[in-house]
Amino acid sequence: MVRPNVGVKAPTPKQHCEELRMGLMGNTATLLGKELRTEFRSRELLTTTVVFILVVLILFSFAINPTTEESREFGPGLLWLAILFAASLMLQPCFLREQSNDTLSSLRLAVSDPFAIFLAKLIANTLFLMVTEVLMLPLFAAFYNVPVLPELHYWVLVLFLGSLGVSVVGTALSAVSAQARMRELLLPLLMLPLLTPVLVVSTTVSVSLMDREPVVLWKGIGFLAVFDLVFLTALWLFGEYLLEE
Amino acid sequence: MLGATAMLLVIAAAYASFFVAPTERTMGLIQRIFYFHVGCAWAGMDAFVVCFVCNLLYVWKRGAKYDWLAVSAVEVGLVLTTVVLISGPIWAHPVWGIWWTWDARLTSTFVLWLLYVSYLLLRTLIDEPDRRALLSALFGIFAFLDVPLVFGAIRWWRTQHPSPVILGGPGSGLDPTMEKVLFFSVFAMHVLAAFLIVERYLLEKMKSEVDVLQREAEAL
Amino acid sequence: MAGRNGSGKTTLLRIAARIVRPTAGKLSFPGASSEVMGDGRPGYVAHTTMVYDELSAEENLILFAKLQGVPSAAARAEELLKEVGLYERRASLVRTFSRGMRQRIAIARALVHRPAVLLFDEPATGLDPLGIAWLAKTLGEVHRAGCTVVMSVHGESEISALATRAVQLDAGSVVADTQAGASLHSILTFGGG
Repeated sequence: MVRPNVGVKAPTPKQHCEELRMGLMGNTATLLGKELRTEFRSRELLTTTVVFILVVLILFSFAINPTTEESREFGPGLLWLAILFAASLMLQPCFLREQSNDTLSSLRLAVSDPFAIFLAKLIANTLFLMVTEVLMLPLFAAFYNVPVLPELHYWVLVLFLGSLGVSVVGTALSAVSAQARMRELLLPLLMLPLLTPVLVVSTTVSVSLMDREPVVLWKGIGFLAVFDLVFLTALWLFGEYLLEE
Repeated sequence: MLGATAMLLVIAAAYASFFVAPTERTMGLIQRIFYFHVGCAWAGMDAFVVCFVCNLLYVWKRGAKYDWLAVSAVEVGLVLTTVVLISGPIWAHPVWGIWWTWDARLTSTFVLWLLYVSYLLLRTLIDEPDRRALLSALFGIFAFLDVPLVFGAIRWWRTQHPSPVILGGPGSGLDPTMEKVLFFSVFAMHVLAAFLIVERYLLEKMKSEVDVLQREAEAL
Repeated sequence: MAGRNGSGKTTLLRIAARIVRPTAGKLSFPGASSEVMGDGRPGYVAHTTMVYDELSAEENLILFAKLQGVPSAAARAEELLKEVGLYERRASLVRTFSRGMRQRIAIARALVHRPAVLLFDEPATGLDPLGIAWLAKTLGEVHRAGCTVVMSVHGESEISALATRAVQLDAGSVVADTQAGASLHSILTFGGG
């Protein structure tokens, strides 16, 4: 492969690590800026995701027509299901949009660490998901007559950890499905089984937060953090192969 | 040779589970399905472990044989897991009168099954062999990392919302004869799995060679 | 590089650009001058622009400059836009660009980090005679500035005439080389093999 600079002194390992780290963080920040700028110009991802979750919540209420007690029990599950479905739609364009002009190749050429590409996208996707959820939360509380204000900070914590998990897995799999046929159907098919732990644990923690006497299930929250860590590490280790051609 | 051994062992295990193992106190005859149920569960899980190792090896070394072995292991693993999912309800129905209760272990096994069905589905949707091998290997790695998380999450969920447990847990104080039959059964299923994987591997190898010849012919 | 379709020209360029991993063998650029080198990454121009349609020309160049650690990214972007004649359209989204302008932004992107090697896949495709003349002039200037240009061409043109060396590829192997005595004309008309 291409030999590095002839005649330029090689950096010491410490310098090299320093460079790489700054390279990774710097590149991630630059790419994150690009992702956010692109989205805020068109706002297409955010609007479609918000509307989708809204429609799902409304349809659920037609289908189930819950009482307040039932809402406390089933509501969070429906909310997390809606988030999962919305995410599997929202994450479709993630790597697809890099295909039309082959910008994925120019990015790979330009960045020092390919993990920066993933990191930027997954941070952006987590942000988009959280913005959607924060907008949806008051509507969810109103539609189903359930209290979220009392434990709001814990709600935000669960939403963050859950959304991060969805985002890490979804961003990675979006890179996979972009290279296959029937990608619109494939991405949910790949994502949803993998995200079962997030669904199960987030729902359980959320239900417990909505109890008459809310309890914070720290074990569940810790579990979500572990899930996020495992897949972030896996993505860090294997990400560059996901981008290979 | 391996095939003949496998057949003999499986027949022996069947015989043992019907005639050697003592009858279980509460559940009677139907409990004997337990020996195959657990045997298939462990063999299936080990097949997925083989797949995981092959996935790692493929990403590292890029040898096509790792891909062939991985897909063979997954297919055999899925068949065994399907047996687990079917034998569970068959056991449950006469004993508890229900087909399914989202019991922790069965539910987790179901998700496991879905994960590897997705793996095979992914493979059918990528035509180019190298790309297919790499992407399915990466998905396989992610899927396997998810397995302990799935089992852990569902078990914790079940502690929050308890429900009837179908599988009485093989470790929960087994009669020594039962234990021996169980281990023999597990061993027999592993040998069967190994035989099936080898056969499937050879088939995949041939398929791949035919595919290469076909592409070369088309290019001419 | 010249050769029939499928002879391996694009693949070789993509391997050199480190976008595709070779199944065997190594590729290196020996003797690269360290002042021009930057950091060893070649510039690569292909059939697509490899820039973002939803961003402006200026935003794209600043993005790629920042990613590659080019100091004063904004100034470098301005300089490049002027060089390729896109300065007036710097704030327009690339989506609105014509074919010729798209190629110019692609070249600007490839040169952002002052590479020692520029890889160019079939540069003349889809260009009118004016575009080809401009490209030939630009490639000449890039070469005079110290950059080595490796390009795959299809047939004879003002651009192929710039070549200081030519090879013909067939089924992934070099079958003729001007350095080994073959004529440029025969290579460009696939007569070398």
